[in-house]
Amino acid sequence: MKKLLGVVFMIILAVPLYAEVRLGALFAVTGPASFLGLPEKQTLEMLVEEVNKTGGIAGEKVKLFLYDTKGLDTEARKKFIRLVKKDKVDAVIGPTRSGSTLAIKELAEKYKTPLFSCAASKRIVQPLNKYVFKSPQSDTHAVGKIYNFLHKKGKSKVAIITAQNGFGDSGRTELLELADEYGMEIVADEKFRDTDKDMTSQLTKISETNPDAIICWGVGPAPALVAKNTRQLGLDSMLIMSHGVASKKFIELAGNAAEGIILPAGRLLVAEQLEKDNKFREVLINYKNAYEKRYDSSVSTFGGHAYDAFMMFKYGIEKGGKKPAAMISAVENMGAFIGTAGKFNITASDHNGLDESAFVMLKIHNGDWELIN
Amino acid sequence: MQFIYSGITSGSIFALVALGFNIIYNTTGIINFAQGEFVMIGGMLIYTLLSIYGLPFLIAAPLALLAALFIGALFERVFIKSVRSPNEIKLITITIAASIILRGLGMVIWGRNSLSVDAYIPYKVLELPAGTLTSNSLLVIIVSLVTAFSLSLFFKRSSLGKAFRACYDDKIAAGICGVDVSKIRMLAFAIAALLGVIAGIVTTPISYVTYTDGIMTGLKGFAAAILGGLGSFWGGVAGGLLLGIFEGFFASVLPSGYKDAFAFLIILAVLFLRPKGLFGKKKAERL
Repeated sequence: MKKLLGVVFMIILAVPLYAEVRLGALFAVTGPASFLGLPEKQTLEMLVEEVNKTGGIAGEKVKLFLYDTKGLDTEARKKFIRLVKKDKVDAVIGPTRSGSTLAIKELAEKYKTPLFSCAASKRIVQPLNKYVFKSPQSDTHAVGKIYNFLHKKGKSKVAIITAQNGFGDSGRTELLELADEYGMEIVADEKFRDTDKDMTSQLTKISETNPDAIICWGVGPAPALVAKNTRQLGLDSMLIMSHGVASKKFIELAGNAAEGIILPAGRLLVAEQLEKDNKFREVLINYKNAYEKRYDSSVSTFGGHAYDAFMMFKYGIEKGGKKPAAMISAVENMGAFIGTAGKFNITASDHNGLDESAFVMLKIHNGDWELIN
Repeated sequence: MQFIYSGITSGSIFALVALGFNIIYNTTGIINFAQGEFVMIGGMLIYTLLSIYGLPFLIAAPLALLAALFIGALFERVFIKSVRSPNEIKLITITIAASIILRGLGMVIWGRNSLSVDAYIPYKVLELPAGTLTSNSLLVIIVSLVTAFSLSLFFKRSSLGKAFRACYDDKIAAGICGVDVSKIRMLAFAIAALLGVIAGIVTTPISYVTYTDGIMTGLKGFAAAILGGLGSFWGGVAGGLLLGIFEGFFASVLPSGYKDAFAFLIILAVLFLRPKGLFGKKKAERL
């Protein structure tokens, strides 16, 4: 009798186990990358709730297992293994940072679990790993967009100042590599740390080379200091920043010094400025309104990466099911879809599917973003 | 030349932090690794008072300084005094733990974003020979120097200051002569916190404040204190200024990626050649 009860009990327990989609998520909710991880977490929780309210994916509710990586690569590895072994998830969204994603890239293959990364580095999808996708634009695209812009303006003497972290290094590599292709001449190559409080020494060196444009690649408060110090020294070169500063927080920090800065960014920031018939407008405005209504804070492009990753995952489950191989091949044959980052065209050889057109050039004007052509 | 101006600006902050290290070292013989967190708290306090409560600066600043004295004293009573069978290693470890607690509290209370406040004086760029300095940077330098001078007067002239120095020379003897060593120790932490908060207040309009700021500020201030000679008052000030100038110098002549490494290499070199620091004095000991 006891045995029978045990079996019945197990069956009861097992039923919900099979009637739900188990989704794992790894975000840097705390730690230095928390300004990326937090909106990602909030976005994903919002989307999962929405989907469950309307009946789930393919009739099954989604159960979310979300862990904080604290921005640490070792933590990401540990939590990924936990997701796969203990929580038995069907797929994982995240991690937030490039380094963390690269640290678990081979684990995704080892445990045959599809991974939809929210990190930018192109090394996540090149060389290609069958199980790993990514939703943000690559740095290559941002650099290409900037160089194209400068080329059109007839400028070619460029000074770069980059952060000494994963994001800055990868930006620097691309800036140096693509310079020849677009006919740019790099006249200065300076660096700064995230914790630096003063950049005038580096900028003085840059000003001696008299560049047409200064390109700064970094995230957080340090680029705001670069902007302030550039104004302080009275440099009249055009100041260009990366998409890493594409948040209102940056304008707040840099204050007046932010005026006139040019940067490539996803369309999300200027959703309202897009023309009515723009194909991106509806997706962007819907996401923006839902997010801002629920969390009472302004939307950032970073949360959008979690949105796009979730869309890939959702499509994979709907069309392919929970078997990893089938899910992957469904996503690979997804065709063109409009996400917050741009128009995706994922194929078996391109697990990102974005190109330069995912970016638009913006100018900071009167403390707000302005679309420039 | 620009590197000298920016070096003196950041150096005067390192100097204030180094002074905080020295004051606590002199009265208790320990290194307080939460010193950088006091700077962070200073920035956060002034942000709260100015931007959230909307107080005018002339009220907000004294309030923040009072709060600093209180926080420092409380810090000593909670983390240091309450330790049973204290020894130096234990206490230093406790200050590291305390710094992590303060950082965590900072994150919970003020969030993860960098916060900024408006400048206290009108923004102006001063054109100097071969470089520029902003009015705000000048304020940082002046405030730091004035603080250092008044503190030195306090230690030299006032009877309380003399009690501090007596504790430094010999705690037991000072106690026998009627100095309340425990009270002096609490005051040392209060003054160290005050120095940190002053540094935090003056730097926040220039370089913002983030809850993780304390780590690097503390480390640089510690390096400055070591460079000048641990425990030496003016050594700490000189160490701070020198470290700031080294950093600026290496950023402007070498590939800027290596500037921190070179600044710390200089410190290593100094310590190899002169282990007690540039201005450190060895206490006379009876054989």
